[in-house]
Amino acid sequence: MSEVTQPTNQTVRTWRRPPQIKDPRLRWALYIGSVAYLCLALASVEIDVARLVEGTVRAKSLFAGVLSPDFVTRWTDIRAGFAESLTMTVVSTVLGVLLSIPIGLGAARNLAWRPVYLVCRSILAVSRAFHELIVAVLFVAMFGFGPFAGLMTLVVSTVGFLGKLLAEEVESIEWNAVEAVTSTGASWLQRVVYAVVPQVLPRYLGLTLYRLDINFRDSAVIGLVGAGGIGATLNTAFDRYEFDAVAAILLMIIGIVLCAEYAASAIRKRVL
Amino acid sequence: MPIIEKDGEKIWRRRDPKTALIHWLTTLGIALVVVYCARQISAQTTWDFVWTSGLQAQDLANRMMPPKFSYASELWTPLIDTIHIATLGTLLGIMIAAPLAFLTARNTTPSRLFVRPIALFLLVTSRSVNSIIWALLLVVILGPGMLSGILAIALRSVGFVGKLLYESIEEIDTRTVEAITATGATGPQILTYGVIPQIAPTFTGISIYRWDINIREATVLGLVGAGGIGMELQASIDTLAWSQVSILFLLILSTVVLSEWVSARARSAVT
Repeated sequence: MSEVTQPTNQTVRTWRRPPQIKDPRLRWALYIGSVAYLCLALASVEIDVARLVEGTVRAKSLFAGVLSPDFVTRWTDIRAGFAESLTMTVVSTVLGVLLSIPIGLGAARNLAWRPVYLVCRSILAVSRAFHELIVAVLFVAMFGFGPFAGLMTLVVSTVGFLGKLLAEEVESIEWNAVEAVTSTGASWLQRVVYAVVPQVLPRYLGLTLYRLDINFRDSAVIGLVGAGGIGATLNTAFDRYEFDAVAAILLMIIGIVLCAEYAASAIRKRVL
Repeated sequence: MPIIEKDGEKIWRRRDPKTALIHWLTTLGIALVVVYCARQISAQTTWDFVWTSGLQAQDLANRMMPPKFSYASELWTPLIDTIHIATLGTLLGIMIAAPLAFLTARNTTPSRLFVRPIALFLLVTSRSVNSIIWALLLVVILGPGMLSGILAIALRSVGFVGKLLYESIEEIDTRTVEAITATGATGPQILTYGVIPQIAPTFTGISIYRWDINIREATVLGLVGAGGIGMELQASIDTLAWSQVSILFLLILSTVVLSEWVSARARSAVT
């Protein structure tokens, strides 16, 4: 562009995409900051080479196990574990749904009275804050080892999950329907049943199916701290270094999750 | 919504009799399954422990109070390690997830018959196995420490980010892509100018959301030996040092709440 003296010489104008962050100072600060953080974080990772070399032997037996999973030797344990996990999943999802409906409605700003709203919101916040594993540790200490502690853990996290999403769903409904039903002289309960429920039901059913899937996957984890289910079987298999049984359990989990996903999408297509 | 006429009066119902019957039978079926499952669980529960759980809870609360605040000073390094695990794991995860998502999406995959099923299977596998179980596997191979934690978080994040990303790639506006194609753009140019700008905000949003979930997961990875603050938690629980556990809970709670807040702010800034 500097060739003003030679106007005949056309300079080629090229187009460049505008940067995402307009302010160049902020942009560079972000770039430099990210690189610096990355260096610091990577530096804090200690890599023990001797341990890695030792691990290759175990990695071999692990991969050998994955390639030839053993469903037979521990079949009774595996079957009992899966049966327990599945029953925990079903009961916890149903209990969670039943509890999450009143709490979710109470946590919707447009339906609930202010103090009720605050109480319900704090219940939801607390039940979502801790990881299932931490809740399970506490419940195992309270209720003793076994599926009951796991069941309660899953109920708590289901209520947190479904309650929050239900509240958000209710807060974004079309208010006209509620007004229409109110104008017929409907009570609060009638308003909820005839104006709110039909609007949120399809999505809530979808979320419930999704939560069923999550609860099954989580039931495989909370068993690690003694809360029953397939996780307990998995943990035992790990402790015995029976990687072929571990592989069998993991493959079955993946299979069940896949089936559940196909079933859920089929149900969604038919019902919703 | 049928209207049933009975004795000259019109009665309004939500469902006609046949749908109502199917509805009730489904409900009954679900109820029977639930009752059966509940009985199975009840059979394996020592109810005496459950009835005395109130006492147990009180006992635990007594042991937790007062929290041992002096212990907190030892916890900064593990806490920062936890955040590092979550961040590095998320970065690694999204680096693997992005190409996989392009291979999975119906409109960008090189081959629907061969590549797409494989990529889809990898995404499902990554998603079905919880990060704790990934960590268990990795601790066996790589030994305890942050490295196992980072890889576990990454492996779990691939499926989550990949799934949401490929769904958003499939939902892009095809007109933009057609316009770019009409200028004679090559395949990579179509991707960079036609597809990526459309999914970039979603991608950033998903990544930040996953980071926030990963912080929560990273706090417990230590329970199986994969580094971070969970290792301290495991040590305190094993030695029944409940006054240390309560401090750890407070710290974890505030970290999770803070990261959720940061993530919500960042996501609303991006999208």
